[in-house]
Amino acid sequence: MITQKINKDNVATSGSTAHYTTGLQEEQYLTDLERQAIDHEIALVPYKSAAVIEALKIVQHHRRWISDESVNAIAAYLQMSPAEVDSVATFYNLIFRKPVGRHVILVCDSISCYVMKYGDIYKALQEKLHIKFGETTSDQCYTLLPNCCLGCCDHAPALMIDNDLYKDVTIAMLDRILQKYT
Amino acid sequence: MERPLTQYIHPGCPPFDLREYEMTGGYSALRKALGSMSPEEVQRLVQESGLKGRGGAGFNTGMKWSFVPMGENAPHPKYLVANADEMEPGTFKDRLLLEGNPHQLIEGMILAAYAIQADISYIFLRWAYKKAAQLLRKSIHEAYAAGLLGKNILGSGFSLEMHLHTGVGRYMCGEETALLNALEGKRATPRAKPPFPQISGLYGKPTIVNNVETLCNLPHIVNNGAAWFKSLGNGSADSGTKLYGVSGKVNNPGCWELPMGVTVRELIEEHAGGMKNGYQLKGFLPGGASTDFMTIEHLDVKMDFASVAAAGSRLGTGTMVVMDDATCPVGFVHNLQHFFAQESCGWCTPCREGLPWVEKMLLSLEHGTGTMEDVELLQMHTQWLGPGNTFCALAPGAMEPLQSALKYFKEDFERHVTMHRCPYHNGG
Ligand SMILES: Cc1cc2nc3c(=O)[nH]c(=O)nc-3n(C[C@H](O)[C@H](O)[C@H](O)COP(=O)(O)O)c2cc1C
Ligand code: SF4
Ligand code: FES
Repeated sequence: MITQKINKDNVATSGSTAHYTTGLQEEQYLTDLERQAIDHEIALVPYKSAAVIEALKIVQHHRRWISDESVNAIAAYLQMSPAEVDSVATFYNLIFRKPVGRHVILVCDSISCYVMKYGDIYKALQEKLHIKFGETTSDQCYTLLPNCCLGCCDHAPALMIDNDLYKDVTIAMLDRILQKYT
Repeated sequence: MERPLTQYIHPGCPPFDLREYEMTGGYSALRKALGSMSPEEVQRLVQESGLKGRGGAGFNTGMKWSFVPMGENAPHPKYLVANADEMEPGTFKDRLLLEGNPHQLIEGMILAAYAIQADISYIFLRWAYKKAAQLLRKSIHEAYAAGLLGKNILGSGFSLEMHLHTGVGRYMCGEETALLNALEGKRATPRAKPPFPQISGLYGKPTIVNNVETLCNLPHIVNNGAAWFKSLGNGSADSGTKLYGVSGKVNNPGCWELPMGVTVRELIEEHAGGMKNGYQLKGFLPGGASTDFMTIEHLDVKMDFASVAAAGSRLGTGTMVVMDDATCPVGFVHNLQHFFAQESCGWCTPCREGLPWVEKMLLSLEHGTGTMEDVELLQMHTQWLGPGNTFCALAPGAMEPLQSALKYFKEDFERHVTMHRCPYHNGG
């Protein structure tokens, strides 16, 4: 039985106390590539702030996670307050407000995977990687997180690493899977 | 047996590209509708076909559309959104359609958009469906290149833009008004109704949100007619086929398109191959995490909207989660409530405060530290968080498996109290 209930909350929250400024610092923070991608999204919506989720996705894509500085920079770019941006950033499970490793392992902890004993898979991962849900290995390679139903319950237990889905996962498969990610 | 939605889906093989899709009759329904039917005629046909929403609530699709303002004075742009957020635990049916035949969804969307005269359409896709995202992007691109999307589609004068939007993960994004907030870049909290999205939806404009499976039915209804669609129901009160799924400790878990109203027995015993050796069926959620338990006494219930409701549950998404006799019902329900508590959007107090409380009580029962008062309090929560007391359907949905577990498996709850441990663990 898994008693760890470290979940998105531990990863997603941060005590941002940043003030709303539109200084030069924020303007220069985003890279040209990030700006171009955000501009593309802004063009598709009626007003800038409607692109904030896309902006968060774009910055996270380039930097792996959303720091307070990223929140401030996105806020300045979209003419929103950092608090508004952070309220959106912390709402969604897959926007990371704390640093994550090079690869994020998402273990499905929903009902079909519960019935098919995802707990055993989690325990084996804990032993192999020496981390619990919400933690990152000391070499920054893996972050381990629980995740809601991955939509392949007929192949439970399931997990995702980055963009790859693994189905019918057994403990015996884990080493081979993990090897692919360095 | 006809399987219109999955006839050309062969898991493991790549889906049809535009050319292959058209060679097997694809986009002929669109040509027919644009060439010879008015938007109102499409609406009426779909209403007559008896197609009910496959997203869980089961509302007549044509009827739902009929509340959209039409005619010259209607506000524009109007929007059509395909709800591909599929995040209900135990549900994996839309994935099959998205990965298996993306053009079928796109054609269904153009038909729906034509029926309500929408200008812009979105596919709101769950982040986890990476393969579907890639396939949809390619297919939308193909459709634009062939003049099936964009300005003046096939010379008909009707125009439609289509965008793929991938989410960042939150169960509430599937609730249709919360989905609209998410599309607008906001937190996915629900909106007050009325005004209904048909009147004031995305950016305050008329909007229809339909489930992926609902939309995939449309090309076939337009091609073959309302009477044909009704006849697929195989004697059920509901029309069409349905994507049914079974997961849990069965021999052959999977997802199949079957006539609406197959029995539970046929689903579990024939299609899912029966229970795995050594396990007995104890109960099941017929349509995802937010539906009431049913038990072995319900094996002959037909899996259609009315029959499942008469048995005290909901057809929901039609994808069933099976609970075997070695799985603890308290642990099972705790897992569900952990999900709902985590995914509660926090907008209204009963749900935000009540669900974590429920989760904690179930955990202490599971750990053997719960009391009979906890069991009573759980019972009371099923009322407090029930229909009418919360802002949206998440909390009442969460209470469905809890209230029915307390009804059918009360003894299991009580044994956790009297034995001071989980009877299903530690060799119990
Ligand atoms: C919490 C919650 C989550 C939902 N998630 C989904 C979903 O992932 N996909 C879906 O199609 N409908 C979902 N729904 C139902 C939608 O609100 C809506 O009824 C449906 O998309 C309408 O489409 P339909 O009329 O074609 O069924 C959800 C509802 C609630 C309350
Ligand atoms: S019932 Fe729950 S999910 Fe729905 S609005 Fe209230 S807090 Fe949000
Ligand atoms: S419950 Fe794990 S994939 Fe659905």
